[in-house]
Formats: sequence, structure tokens, C-alpha cells
Amino acid sequence: MTPLKIELKTSPHLKQAGSVEQIMRHVTYALLPICAFSVYHFGISALALLITSVVTCVLTEHLFAKLSGKRSSVSDFSAVITGLLLALTLPPSFPLWMAALSGFIGIALAKVMFGGMGYNLFNPALVGRAFAQAAFPVSVSTWTVPGHPDRFTEFLPSTLAMPFTTPAPVDAWTAATPLAQWKFEGIHVDAWSLFTGMTPGSVGETSAILILVCGLYLIARGMMNWRIPAAVLGSAFVTASVFYWMDPTFYPTPWFVLLSGGLMLGAMFMASDMVASPITRSGIWIYGILIGFLAVIIRFFGGLPEGIMYAILLGNAMAPLIERVTQPRPYGSRKRRDAA
Amino acid sequence: MGLLSFLTGLTFPRGVHPPGLKEDTRDKPIRRLPFAPRMVMPLQQHFGRPARPLVVKHQEVLRGQPIAEADGFQSAPLHAPVTGVVEGIELMSTARGPKTEAIVIRTAPGDSQAIHWAQPRDLERLNRPQLIQAIQEIGLVGQGGAAFPTHMKLSVPDGYDIDTLVVNGCECEPYLSADHRIMLEQTDAVIAGILIAMKALGATRAVIGVEDDKPDAIAALQARLDKEGPISVGKVRSKYPQGSEKMLIKALLRREVPSGHFPYHIGVVVNNVGTMAQLGTLLPRGEGLVERVVTVAGPGITRPGNYRVPIGTPLRYLLQHVGFTGSDASHIILGGPMMGNTVSSLDVPITKGVSGVVVLPDPEEQDLRIQPCIRCGRCVEACPVGLNPSDLGKLAAVRRYEVMEERYHLNDCFECGCCSYVCPSNIPLVQYFRIAKSLNRERIK
Repeated sequence: MTPLKIELKTSPHLKQAGSVEQIMRHVTYALLPICAFSVYHFGISALALLITSVVTCVLTEHLFAKLSGKRSSVSDFSAVITGLLLALTLPPSFPLWMAALSGFIGIALAKVMFGGMGYNLFNPALVGRAFAQAAFPVSVSTWTVPGHPDRFTEFLPSTLAMPFTTPAPVDAWTAATPLAQWKFEGIHVDAWSLFTGMTPGSVGETSAILILVCGLYLIARGMMNWRIPAAVLGSAFVTASVFYWMDPTFYPTPWFVLLSGGLMLGAMFMASDMVASPITRSGIWIYGILIGFLAVIIRFFGGLPEGIMYAILLGNAMAPLIERVTQPRPYGSRKRRDAA
Repeated sequence: MGLLSFLTGLTFPRGVHPPGLKEDTRDKPIRRLPFAPRMVMPLQQHFGRPARPLVVKHQEVLRGQPIAEADGFQSAPLHAPVTGVVEGIELMSTARGPKTEAIVIRTAPGDSQAIHWAQPRDLERLNRPQLIQAIQEIGLVGQGGAAFPTHMKLSVPDGYDIDTLVVNGCECEPYLSADHRIMLEQTDAVIAGILIAMKALGATRAVIGVEDDKPDAIAALQARLDKEGPISVGKVRSKYPQGSEKMLIKALLRREVPSGHFPYHIGVVVNNVGTMAQLGTLLPRGEGLVERVVTVAGPGITRPGNYRVPIGTPLRYLLQHVGFTGSDASHIILGGPMMGNTVSSLDVPITKGVSGVVVLPDPEEQDLRIQPCIRCGRCVEACPVGLNPSDLGKLAAVRRYEVMEERYHLNDCFECGCCSYVCPSNIPLVQYFRIAKSLNRERIK
């Protein structure tokens, strides 16, 4: 009658299903269709880039865990996500050695040095991307023709560039992105091509519809806060609409703004990084709106055709402050909590 | 707000939705539990001072007879749950932890369920202080779990007027369905008790809050109530912790109890439906509290259900009776799984405040390793009080307990456990907060 052992435990004795690993695993699943499309789109160069980036990120994480004598945190999938996201934001022709270095910087500088998973102030993939932007300005803005007939049999010439060399662009493969075409040549690519993704661009940013569907999967599983992409995209749309309304001949349509470049990927998968975004509900709205607004302003008035990366990094930097002023009001008190 | 609550039902902000798990018990009528051969009546089964024994060893007692008297106003008397012989007043195991003094009674063979002792009163002729005293004499304490003496709750300090009695029929804890059955089977007693409590409080109206997963209970109550009468039923959303006093007040009345205050400060007193049913049954007859309805459920139980259990029944006897095998279960919880406590021994008795016994298997297949906080925000979205459990947890991990209290409203936490329930990193948040609160209390001393 007496049970073999009586377990003493404090309440609550029930636990909602779900773990950190599970969340990270599903984010990885959600990114896989985007990766598959990018390989179909840009060929084996994109595949090599994805693999290089993921392997570097995972190895970097493992290496630092070993060096600091901690239990390796590789199994939580978060380094895999960083690797995938970094590759998805790079041009398909990006040299592999540069991608590996960017991945290393992203994990080592933005994640490990801040204390590992849960403590990074900035999204590690974007820090890696920002490093690439600063260190390799030519390679990071050399774009490839999508759907090239030889893409499954030949690497892009620059992909296999020797370490510490910068390859020259090869005209037969290069093309301008829709954003660059608009910014530097005044050409408007139609919204349908942007929606389906048959345009030049970074590895994983071209197909808005695919990113949308994959993001919705995570939202449906309760593993992503829908408010962040909604706020980023909504705010970008509204900001772009205002400019379009002021001068429709110069500014692109709001739809173009929404569907081109990395806005969709950034809003869905990078701004929504839980660790680097505010935790409070109103803070999340402010954060998202800020990012969407900044992304459009940088695109329209900055020197670069794309602005989402810096917009998110700025949003990350603002997150602690936003969180501080948006603490929920505790039950039974008039004032908001004055957090430290 | 008006439109929103019309669409979604009355409720408070945030909270969690654990599975109900009431299917095994809620549709079965309440059954009686036979008398155990030996009953254990701890002198302290309530908030306040322990009762003083009125009996001595070898004395014969009758079912219903007072066996211990209240020690002052902040105490409650005890009544014999069975006819039998006092074996002694001994230190016995209780669910509270350390062994405490208890009157042990050996049940007389062939004892019937009849109550042999009563002190009927004409309630109409009692004034409010006399009514409060009569309620104390029946030994009634809150049946929802807190075991706060009912007469104390119904006597409001001078200078406060109570306009509304809120009656808690939410039963938001998973597994538990005792209150649900009471509302269905003892509807008239519940209403009679509410009328007595309203008189004691001088309240002009009462609202019974029932979660919308109990439509039959709502219908049963409404069928007995006059539409224009002072008692109404408020259908609230099924959500945990809807049955917490402050959350229920927010849901039904849109009022908030100021931080550090009690509901009576804003003219409200909350009582459980189970308490009201006992009051309505016992007080007119002048009988003592000798039994209560307990939900016994969980995967380790072969005959789950609601049982009318004599107070003082040892847990071991109760579990044997409901077919507890003891093979695949190791968590034995008094109360519900969200806020109840596990017991260390099957010798502890069922006391006045035990609303349920839930037996859960060892959660071995779940990986409960603690991970770093990934700031997913689920705890912030869950906390019914509007605290930031994520930040509080980080402060607790580095033992900054004073900061938690001074700047993060730690003392507003009522330990519902929503944060720990949702945390995907398995951070024992509410457990941290309990430690922090008790260490802060010690520091003040």
C-alpha cells in the first residue's frame, strides 16, 4: 500500500509542456523550407554557405563551452539557428571563409562574451552580418542571378575564394537586387516577383510568401510572439505609405517596401529573437514599431539600400530601456513598477 | 472593457489555462466515506490559535460533541467526527510539517452517521455579534483551502462597510470538483448560507462567481434565485487562478484590492461556496463541522470521485478506500496540483481545509533541467498580479531579496505558481519567491 517512495515537491505540481530545446528546434524546422528554397534558387553555393555558417557557429559555441569548462550548450539548437540566420542574410556568392569568420564573430562576440544563451543583448546572427558588412563591403554587396542554369553543378566563382583574398565579381553571374535597382537606378520590380522570390538577393530573403508561411507556423505553435513581426511590418508599411503619399514618383510603393530586401526575414525571424527584445507587451509594440520605422528611414535616406539589419540592432540596443519604462502595473497599485 | 468582457466572459488580465482534468469526478454524486477505525483531530486545523482540548484520555465522545474549545476570538473549536473513545492527546503527523498535538479517537464499532449533539438557534432573533459567536461555535473555517475561521472573516473591523459578499464557486484548480458537486447537490444550503453570511456582514448583495466550465452549476443556482433578488450568479471565464480572492473581485466587480490591503478595505468579503453550504446546513441546526467534501483524483486512484469525509480521517484510510495502489504514484497532494502541498506521510489526517487529494505519478519522463532564461515573456504574460517574474527570478538567483521586495513588488506575489507552470526553462520561479519572502520576513524580525 505504501508507495515505494513518496516524492516531496512544492507546488505547482503541473507543468505546461514545452522546453527551450523544443522552441529552438521548431524555429530550426521553420527555417528549413526557406533554406531549401534558397538552395533551389541559388544552387550549391547557397548550400555550402548554409553548411559553413552553421558548422562554424556550432563549433564556436562548443569550443568556448569547452574552454570555460561548462556543459556544452550545442544541443539547445540556438547556435544552429544563428548559423542558419546568418547564412540566409548573406549574398549567395559570399566567400565561405568570410562566412565562417562572420559566424565566429557573431557567436563569440555577441553571445559567448555576454554570458551565453539568454544573455545576449544583440542578435548574434545580425552582429555577424554587421561584421561582414563592415569588413567585406564588396563581397557583401555582390549579388547573384537567381535560377542560373549551372547552379547545381558549379560553385559561384567567389564562393571558394582562398582565405584572406577578396574575389572580383564575375559579370556572368552578378545582378542587382530590387532594392539596389530602386535606390541606384530608379527601377521598380513588381510586387509579385518579390512575393514569390524570383529575384536576386540574400540567400534566404527573397521569397516573402515562404517567410510569411514559416513564421505563421511558429506563431501557430505559440513559439513566436506575433506582435513583433506585426509591429515591424505594420510600422514599415505605414511609414512607407506616408512617404509614398507625399511623392509617389520618387518613393516606392509601400508593398515594394514590405516585400523587398530583408524586411520580411528580419521582422519574422530576427527582430522576434526573444532574448534581445523587450519582455513586456507594450514594450514589444514600441520595439517593433521603432524597428519598422528605422528600417524604412535607413532605406530611404541612408547610404545603404537595406536598413533592416541596423534597425534591428538599434532596436536591440533600445530594448532594455523600452522594457524599463513599460513594466506592467501590479494589481492593486496605481503606479507602474519602477524597475532598476 | 464592456465589449471585451461580453465577448470573452468576465475575468482578470493574464493567467494560465491548465487542463481541467475534472472528467473523472465531476459527474459522479458525492459519496460517503465510512468511518476509519481511528481518527486524528489536530488542535490546529485553521489559521489562528490552536483549540484547547475539552476531553481527557479514555473519555467517551459522541459524534458532533465539542472536544476542544476556541482559544479566544482568533481560533475555532473542534467537534468529535465519530462516536468513540479518546485514546489520548498526542503529537501526531500533520500536513503542516512538524508533529502537532491532536486528539486521537478510537471509533466505536457500529457507529451510525447520526449527529448526537446540537445546539439549535433561532437565527432570526440573533443580532450580528450573537450571529458571529454562533458561527464560531460550529467551528466553521474556510473550506477552499486557506482554513481561515469563518466567523473572523464575517466580522469586519469597525469603520468598514461591506456592500458585496463574493462567493467563490470558481474551482479553478485542475482535478478538483468538490465545489461543483456542492453547488449541484446542495444548492439550497449554499443559498441559505449566503443569506446568513450577508446578514452577519450587513451586505446588501452577493455575487456567486462560477467558471463557465460548470454550466450545470450556474443553471442550478439561477433556477433557485430570484432575478431581482440580492443574490446573483456571475459567469467567469475558466482560467487559473480565477478562484483567487483578488482575481475574482477584479473579474466580478472590476475593483482592485490595494496592495497590502484586504478585500474588506474596498467593501468586499469573499467566501467559498463549500463554506456557505456548511454554514447553511450547520448553523440553523447548531451542529459542529464534522465532515467535508473532498475530491480524490489523479492517475494513481482507481475509484476517483467526491467523498464526504469525516474530519480527522487518516489519509491512508481514505486512499485505501478509493483504490490507491501505491505502485505507480509518488506525489500525494493535499489541495489542487497548482497550489497544494505534497505530504510526506500517509498518516496525516484530512483536516477542515483539505479540498482535495490528488495523486500524481512521478514526472520522470519530463526533462526538468533548469536552463537559462530566454526572455520568452511567458511568465510576464501569465502573472495575474502583473509582476515581472523573469526579472524577479534573476534577482533571486543572485540573492538580492531586498531589491525584489523594495522595487519589484515581491510581497504582492500570492504564489499561484503560474510563472513556474509556463516557464520553458524550468526555472523554479515561484519557489524562489517563497524563499525570498520568508527570508525577508526573517530579516525584519
